[in-house]
Amino acid sequence: MKASWVADEEKSKVQMMSGADMLMEALEKEGVDVLFGYPGGAVLPIYDALYKKNIRHILTRHEQGAIHAAQGFARVTGKAGVVIATSGPGATNLVTGIADAMIDSLPLVIFTGQVATSVIGTDAFQEADIVGVTMPITKHNYQVRRVEDLPGIVQEAFHIAQTGRPGPVLVDIPKDISTALGAFSTPKEVTLPGYQPTVMPNLLQVKRLADAIATAKKPVILAGAGVLFAGAENEILTLAEQHRIPVANTLLGLGSFPSDHPLFLGMAGMHGTYAANIALHECDLLIGIGARFDDRLTGDLNHFAKKAAVAHIDIDPAEIGKNVETLIPIVGCAKHTVSALLRESTSSGDTTEWVYHLSELKSSYPLWYKKDGETLKPQRLLEIIHEETKGEAVITTDVGQHQMWTAQYYGFSKPNRWVTSGGLGTMGFGFPAAIGAKIGNPELPVVAVTGDGGFQMTLQELSVLQELKLPVIIVIVNNQSLGMVRQWQEIFYEERYSQSLIPVQPDFVKLAAAYGIDAAVVTTEEDAKVKLANALESNSPFLLDCRVTSDENVYPMIAPGKGIHQMIGVKP
Amino acid sequence: MRRIITATVLNQSGVLNRLTGLLTKRQFNIESITVGHSDDPGISKITIVVQVEDDRKLEQLLKQLHKQIDVLKVKDLTDMALVARELALIKVITTPDTRSEIKVIIEPFRAAIIDVSLENVTIEVTGDNEKVEALIELLRPYGIKEISRTGLTAMPRGTQKTVYNLNQFSII
Repeated sequence: MKASWVADEEKSKVQMMSGADMLMEALEKEGVDVLFGYPGGAVLPIYDALYKKNIRHILTRHEQGAIHAAQGFARVTGKAGVVIATSGPGATNLVTGIADAMIDSLPLVIFTGQVATSVIGTDAFQEADIVGVTMPITKHNYQVRRVEDLPGIVQEAFHIAQTGRPGPVLVDIPKDISTALGAFSTPKEVTLPGYQPTVMPNLLQVKRLADAIATAKKPVILAGAGVLFAGAENEILTLAEQHRIPVANTLLGLGSFPSDHPLFLGMAGMHGTYAANIALHECDLLIGIGARFDDRLTGDLNHFAKKAAVAHIDIDPAEIGKNVETLIPIVGCAKHTVSALLRESTSSGDTTEWVYHLSELKSSYPLWYKKDGETLKPQRLLEIIHEETKGEAVITTDVGQHQMWTAQYYGFSKPNRWVTSGGLGTMGFGFPAAIGAKIGNPELPVVAVTGDGGFQMTLQELSVLQELKLPVIIVIVNNQSLGMVRQWQEIFYEERYSQSLIPVQPDFVKLAAAYGIDAAVVTTEEDAKVKLANALESNSPFLLDCRVTSDENVYPMIAPGKGIHQMIGVKP
Repeated sequence: MRRIITATVLNQSGVLNRLTGLLTKRQFNIESITVGHSDDPGISKITIVVQVEDDRKLEQLLKQLHKQIDVLKVKDLTDMALVARELALIKVITTPDTRSEIKVIIEPFRAAIIDVSLENVTIEVTGDNEKVEALIELLRPYGIKEISRTGLTAMPRGTQKTVYNLNQFSII
């Protein structure tokens, strides 16, 4: 389609263009320079428009790969990841990633093709009601009905995805809308009367929190992913240091507070440190910041922070009071709220004893694993990855044992280097997310830590790695089982390992070779050090099949239904 | 507890679907839901009658509804002075003997017969839930062929009692 200029009677000039061209124009306006996607019938006009543009498109080998890559991109850049998929199966293949992004608040803008408006609702070829399907798992979604609306919708979609509590927004574009001609126009500003996120906190509430801090003897800060989204790491650090308040992280909040800081207690929750969980159990003031008190964090709510006044800072009012009764609710962005709090709070309570008590716990009950010096322990493997990357790398994971070991042993000290599937717990997430993370931040080494189970769910994306020569290192923590399932069966199902052992594995080295990717088997610690160093050195795609001991469990642990103080496996 | 909640929403396609889906997903039991235009054709008003367990669930419900992009305003009317009405159409089996009897029965309810045939009459009644229920019970002995009810629609009265105890929620 060649764009043509026509005179408009009222305004000076209006450019007529096709819906597909409008989409490209609107994407450029939003500053989008990379798309993740997979073409198909209903998005052919869009891909044709893309052909003429200078926007980078990453062709994954499955739509799930595209959306997880976009999530990795969004997580490390803070910008919306953009995804294109075709109608029907293309769109439905995105569902897992959309749900994952929704629960972990990742900004995504997803464009799906749709059959032509004339056949919508007739069960046409490759038709699926993706707007209906994704309604409960998107922050908002649209179906474009008039071509003129398209630029405005795209503008709104990016605005909604990237402001307030971030989240995925889906725009469904019928094929005839992509080909129809219309005038391109966008309003100067997005006006959404029903969407006005509260960024600045209520100062009366902030004052209440400042007063609570002034008298608290056992305060603790629980910093979640909201701190990272707001870029409030420095504010939290100042708050903690100024008032001598210990800090625990949620799983997704890792990296928002330096892991080597004396006030850092570690991760809290099901596989958190003893010190962090006891701090949440015994505290008299709990300051939750950008954390949503997920059940994997709180354990049995009857035992969670029962002695504490709970203050909750969150940009999403619906999160406050959802799970944990809150005394001091503060709606606002973490950065602005903590800044206001720092201005407001001049005196602190005497926390000396509390800080001493917790640091005692921290040194008396550290994370542990049995070293035998011969076999490769998965925990040691993660320590080695930390040593070899100097803790600088972007690390992505799936869900399960390897994820928890990474959270426990990698030691994140800088923000936005930890990409994991928290709320949804998606197997197959880590490897494609690493591709997106590398594209989003090419400067840093990127390591995808996956399990032998999860890697096999999205390993077709090796093809992307090979094509783009992306220096992503895949570390398969290979324990020949679905480790976390096996662990639960061991502890709660009397060792009945129903369908959790995978003794027969593909030859991952040969598999990588088939895709033209260097790979090696790792069996010892020494092996791991050398080969990882080589892989990092090579600055090319690399796969390490790390054969770790298969009977290792993640400890400590809060059993389901138990309180946060009732941990098992605290001591060897 | 039973709550009457109104939501003022943008009149976009799928809004009702979005709200009912939200309520289902979060396990709220909808008793009735009515929708119609406001004086602005771009804005609709939804009245939801819903059963919630406690104040915390209610607060969560209001916040989740408010969070939707197309929702402009959410209000819990239950504890306010309000006017609430539903409409019911009731088709009752009649014989020439009972027809006049029915007329007498419905009169105090300010209901009206809006359709008559040889075997039955159709009655229109407007009012709150109890009134409609009461009329239905009175008509039941005659044989009810069909009932069609709209569910509740409501708005606060122009004058509110000076003191009423509304829960303070931290929406903003």
